[in-house]
Parts: sequence; structure tokens; C-alpha cells
Amino acid sequence: MSSNIILQVNNLNVWYEDFHAVKGISVGYPEKSISAIIGPSGCGKSTFLRCLNRIYEEVPGAKATGEIILEGKNVLDKSVDPVELRKRIGMVFQKPNPFPAMSILDNVTIGLRLQGIKDKSYLMNVAEQCLRKAALWSEVKDKLHKLGTSLSGGQQQRLCIARALAVNPQVLLMDEPTSALDPIASAKIEDLMSELKKEFTVIVVTHNMQQAARIADYTSFFVLGDLIEHGLSSDIFTNPKEQKTEDYITGRFG
Amino acid sequence: MTYLHWRKFKNIAFHASLYLAAVIVLLPLFLIVSYVFKMGASSLNLDFFLAFPKPVGEVGGGMRHAITGTLYLVAIASIISIPTGLLCGIYLSEFGKGKVATLLKFSIDMLTGVPSIIIGIFAYILIVVPLKGFSAMAGGVALSIIILPIVCRSTEEILKLIPQHIREAGLALGLPRWRVILNIVVKGNLSSLITGVMLAISRAAGETAPLLFTSFGNMYLSYRIDEPMASLPVQIYNYAISPFDDWRRQAWAGAFVLITIVLGINLLSRLLVKLGSLRHLIRRGIK
Amino acid sequence: MVRDIENVQNSFSTENNGNISKKKSFLTYGEQDKFAYFLLKLIASLVIILLLGMIAMLLNSSLPAIKEFGIGFAFNDNWNPVEDEFGALAFLFGTLVTSALAIMIAAPLSISVAVFINEILPTKLGKLISLFVEMIAAIPSIVFGLWGIFFLGPFVKDVLTPFLKSNFGFLPLFQGASFGIGILTASIILAIMITPTITSICREVLKTVPKIQKEAALALGATRFEMIKIALIKPSFSGLTGGVVLGLGRALGETMAVAMVIGNSPTITASLFSPAATMASVIANEYAEADSDLHLSAMCYIGLLLFLVTFIVNSFARAIVWKKQRKARG
Repeated sequence: MSSNIILQVNNLNVWYEDFHAVKGISVGYPEKSISAIIGPSGCGKSTFLRCLNRIYEEVPGAKATGEIILEGKNVLDKSVDPVELRKRIGMVFQKPNPFPAMSILDNVTIGLRLQGIKDKSYLMNVAEQCLRKAALWSEVKDKLHKLGTSLSGGQQQRLCIARALAVNPQVLLMDEPTSALDPIASAKIEDLMSELKKEFTVIVVTHNMQQAARIADYTSFFVLGDLIEHGLSSDIFTNPKEQKTEDYITGRFG
Repeated sequence: MTYLHWRKFKNIAFHASLYLAAVIVLLPLFLIVSYVFKMGASSLNLDFFLAFPKPVGEVGGGMRHAITGTLYLVAIASIISIPTGLLCGIYLSEFGKGKVATLLKFSIDMLTGVPSIIIGIFAYILIVVPLKGFSAMAGGVALSIIILPIVCRSTEEILKLIPQHIREAGLALGLPRWRVILNIVVKGNLSSLITGVMLAISRAAGETAPLLFTSFGNMYLSYRIDEPMASLPVQIYNYAISPFDDWRRQAWAGAFVLITIVLGINLLSRLLVKLGSLRHLIRRGIK
Repeated sequence: MVRDIENVQNSFSTENNGNISKKKSFLTYGEQDKFAYFLLKLIASLVIILLLGMIAMLLNSSLPAIKEFGIGFAFNDNWNPVEDEFGALAFLFGTLVTSALAIMIAAPLSISVAVFINEILPTKLGKLISLFVEMIAAIPSIVFGLWGIFFLGPFVKDVLTPFLKSNFGFLPLFQGASFGIGILTASIILAIMITPTITSICREVLKTVPKIQKEAALALGATRFEMIKIALIKPSFSGLTGGVVLGLGRALGETMAVAMVIGNSPTITASLFSPAATMASVIANEYAEADSDLHLSAMCYIGLLLFLVTFIVNSFARAIVWKKQRKARG
């Protein structure tokens, strides 16, 4: 776990029309680590996450100010191409969403294929590597041509992870990746995340405090758009500095 | 009779009336189809498909010109309206906000309600008047105005069913929006979209009114786009209201062929969707 | 071997090269998307302009007749092509009467079938029956017309007419000679043709009723009939009306089947057995052979009236059904 900050957020503010969803948040994400974002519902966690790859722009009336520094540039800047950005910051969603009418193999390779890569052996190589990294290869290697949607929920989510990894991002954003899955599938994904951090920087929003405590190196605690506390998970969960954090962790609210 | 008995009786009577209503409603379907088959089957022979009409009053001949004509007119209409309809449907579903989108939705809704004979008048004013005569082009344009709103609507409805997070997943991979729309959203629902297109085509193939004074009809087959063109429905109509027994016999044969084509495409297109999801179900089952 | 593409990392490692500024190539992604959006918008605009243009041209073609006859056109029943005298009242009459009669026959039947499929039948059978109903909608109008002339017409003449006359002959509706071709036959065929439309809309409307309300009625001890009456039909009433009005819109514009069985004689009578003519049927019959410019213009005028009537009816129906669905979504 290095302390080299790969993604730095400075004073990020987000408005949805007049609603101030994210209020002046600053936080840095070190390379090859897992950072969790926890907090009660509706506190801007997902909004914050969706700024990092600029997918918040999909919502009409959304506005963001501040800085998100990646590779020395502010990704919120107009001169930065969001499409290029998203090749460096990937995302996994809450509901597993393999692309319809596409096989498992096609799902994994689609990111590369649509960028123009046609070399079948290269694509197959990448697919195998990513499916291995997503801990799915052994389960699907004999049925790569079956529909992506024919897998179980947990497998579909691992497929989506493999798909995101295939474009080789530096950062992987995960928006409550296990909230739609059963406990066993969730556990598999958590193990996977712990492996992934060796190669990628993972930022995960989670509803599940215990999950954050289990796998995250760093944890941020958000309430209603404010960053209440951020630090090493070990500190946050055993010795929080803020009263609100302690109240949330001990279950007094949220 | 106690009040409860009365209520129970009403209940039974109600159920009976529902069954009766269903029978009354479905009866014409079977009556018509069987009647057409009965009257038309006997007149169907190879001649019907391969021969051209004989001079007035003479027995024999066929509707080759009309069948070819229908294929030709539907082809012209499809080339014009199917890409346009698909693109408009994609526009409405993917970029639904804004003045142009609202106006388009309104226009499409309006067009679906316009009687097909009025669409014939539209095409007449648009093509027949400048060209100073009936033509296959006019008929093709009339049919395209019928196909366009159907394809647009079904495309829009099908694409709107796709959850937004699928599109976001595509964008999150670092793809431009047009690729997400084309390669993920549209490609992922191809069979449903094709079904919508096929239904629109089958509807256009059966239309008579808009062709009455656009392509008008022709006893000969000319492939020229600026000359009148026969079509199966119009030919059936002309023969049916004629005083000649032989022509009327052929009208039934024509109706037989027309109903087979239209219902056939209709059922086939529904089967296409079923097959798509059936294949998926089988895979799940194996798993 | 690895393809060297400008905007993709060259080797599959965790190192990233390239920068995230806008790439310099033929078109940036942003430009590609803008172009695609522009193209779609262009096509949409063309369609809108086309529609407006067609309406404008229809108006334009009707102008001579409008100038000549004014609004009185709709209230004058003198249709005399030979002497260039035109009045559309008879056709308005024919259209309205056949459509109204068709609705009276089709509405209760269609709503019943909608309830039947949704509530009574098991799912699989319901899908089959609704498929049959949709097949009716697929039958081309001309085939209905053929069947109307050669089967339904004689049926009306030989079976229905004597029945109606002997039982209800005191009504002026059922007096007069019957040749099988006329208002009654046309209305029956229209009723058959619009049933699928009404049924499918009503099914959608009925589906939006929450299950809880139906269960609540049953839990109170209501019979199935009572439950349907209270919890299903009553709250959906406006939506069902919308479906019926939409069916009306279809009936108003139906051309071929009506043209073949209505007799095409522009008369206004009280007898349902008498032949008549509708706005759509007269256009179908006379447009191609209109001899004078005024004749043609008068037909366009009729077309304009028909267009307006169907537009108003359809918009009204859509407003009702929309409102109902939006309320249901909450």
C-alpha cells in the first residue's frame, strides 16, 4: 500500500438544480489501495463517486465545481474528454448489468473492441486475464459464448468487474457493488476486491459498515453531502475523532 | 331467494356474459379466415401467381402483376421509412428532451391517428400532382407515411425499456455516446426492433385506401417508378366490385394470399421475439 | 501481436500512457457525439416539417371549395358532382352514425373481453386469446370488405333484418327495405374492426389497478363480479372511456371495409337498413375520377374535415388515457 496519491479531490461541490448534494469535499486516494465511503442514505456518496468519472453529467441539471486531479489535470475541466477519462477510471454499478444479447466473451471485450481493437487472439488473452482477476474464469471458461445474462447475480457482477478491468483503468469505482447480491456472492466479491487492490486503486461506496471495516484501507464518512471524517479504516472504526462518526458506527443513528 | 343467492346469481350471470362476449368477439376471426380460405383456396393455382390478367371478360389469368407490385411498393416504402423511423425512435428514446423531440412525438402521435385515406390524399398532393399522373413512387411514398410512425413508436417503446444504468455502464467503459447507443442499446435489442419493423411492413402490405389514387393500379406490370402500379389489395378491390364472376373468383384467391402474407408476417415476427427469449431460457435452464 | 491504436494503451500492463486531454484525431469523441445528435435532430426536424407541409397542402387544396361553400359545406346535404354543387352533410351523417353504432356494439364487448382476459383466464390462455384478438386487427380492411359483401351482407338481409323487423319493426330505425348493404352492415363490420383497439387499451388500463385494491374488495366478501365492478371498473372508468374514444377515432377513419358495404348513396335517413355514405368512403370512391377541379377540392375539404375530426377525437382520447396512467404511476 503506497502513499502516492493518485487521485486528489479538492473542494468538490455538486448541485442537482438547487439541491446542494456534495459540499466542499477534499480527499486524496493513494495508489493501489481500497477506500470506502460510508454514511446514511442520501448523503451524497454516490453523487460524489459519480463525479470522479464524470458520469454525474448524465443527470440533467447537475453542476460540479472544484478539482479532481488525475495525472496532473483537473478532470472536471472542459478541456478534458470524459470518454478518455473513463478509460482510466472505470465503474461497477449497484445492479449487475451485463449488456443484453451479448455473450460473456463479448461483454468482457466490448470496451476494447469498440475502441477499434480487432485482433482476436489479443482480445481472448485480455478476456482470460480479466476473468481470472475477477475470479470468474474457472466458472465460465467453457461457456464463453453463452449470454452474459445467463449467469447468476454474483457471477454477473464479477463479469461486470472483468468488463471494467478490460480497458485497463488505474482507478476502479464501485457503487454499492454487493447490495443487490446474497451474502455468499457478496463475500466472493469482497475477496475479489482485496485482490484487486494489488493492481488497482479501488474506491467503493457501501451501505455496509462492516464491509468497509473488513476490506477497506481508508474510509470516508459522509453525512448529507459533508465529509465528516476520513482516515485509516482502523482508526475510523476503533477510534473515531468526530462524535457523529462514533454515533453512526455505534448505531445511534443512520 | 336470499340476497346472497341473488348476488351469487349475478356473479354467475356476469361470468357467463364474459364468456359469451369472448365468443362473439372471436367468432368473426374464425368466420372470416375460414370463409376466405374456402372461397379462395379453390381458385389458387400456379397460374394465379405466374400469369398476368387476361383481357376484360376472358376467363383465366392471374395476379402476378399485383403481387409483384405489392412487393415493389412495400420495398420503396421501406427504403424511405424504415431507416428514418428507426432513427426517429432512437432520437426520441435516447435524447427525449427538448422542443424538437416534443414536436416529433406529437407529430408521430398525430400521424398514427390519421386515416389512411387522408395519407393517400397527402401523397397525391405531394407526388401525383407534380408528376401529373399516378405512379409507383406516389404509392411508395403513401405507404412510407404509414410505416414511419409505427416503426418510430415501436423503436422508442422498446429502447425506453432498457434501464439507464446499462447506458451508464457503457459510458463508464470510456465509449462515446453514439457507440453506446449503436453497439449496446440498439444491438442488444435487435430482434425486438426487427419485430416492430416487420409488423409495420405487414400492415403496409395490406393497405388499400392510400393506393387508390396514388399508385392507382395497372393491368400490366411496369417497373417504372413514374407509372401506375398494381398492388394486391387494390387489385382485389377492383375485381371484387366488378361484374365478372371469374374476376371475383380471383379476388378471393387474392384475399387468401393477402391474408396469408399479412397474418403470416405478423405471427412470424412475434415468434422471432419468442425464439430470442427462448434461447436465453434454455441456457438458463441448463445452468 | 498487438495493434497500435492511438487512443488505447499499447500493452496490457497496469501502466498507463497517453494523456487525458482531448485527443487530436479526425474527430474528438465530443464532436462525434455532437454530430450524431445533430444528425438525429435533423431527421426529426425533416419529419416534423413534412407533416406540417402535408397539412398545409391539404388546406391549400381545400381552399377553392372552402371559398365556394364556406362552413355551410358541413350542413348542406346536396352532393351533386354533375352540377358542381357540393355539401358534405350526408357524409358527416354516415360517418357519425356508423361510428356511433359501431361503438355501441363494440364498447361493451371489448371491455368485457379485456376484463375476461385479464381477470378470468389463466395467464397462458389469456395470452392465446389476446393473440387471437390482435389477429383480428391484422386482417386487412379489404378482406373485411370482401367478407362483408359476400357473407355478412346476405346474412344481414336474410337473417338479421327479418329478426329485427319482426321484433322491433315499430321503430323507424328498423323500417324500410334491406339489401344487406347499408348502415347496419357497415356498423357491424366497424365494430369487429375496432374491438382489438379498444380491448388492448382497456387491458393496459385495467392492469394499472393495484392488486391490493382488488384483494381488499375480495377480503370484504365481495363476489368476483362485485370486486370487478367496485375495484376494477369504477376506478378505471376514465381510462376505459379513453380506450373507447380511441376506438371511435379508428372507426371514423376506416375506409375500405365501409366503402364496400355501405352502398355509397349519400342519403340521410332514419333506417339502419338503408345505404349511406361516409366521408372516407366517398373519397375512396370518387377521388380518382373527380372530373372538375371544384369536385377534387370539395373532396379535399371533406378530407380536411375528416382529418380534423379524427385529430380532435384522438387527442381527447390520448389525454384521458395519459392522465389515467400518470395518476396510476403516482
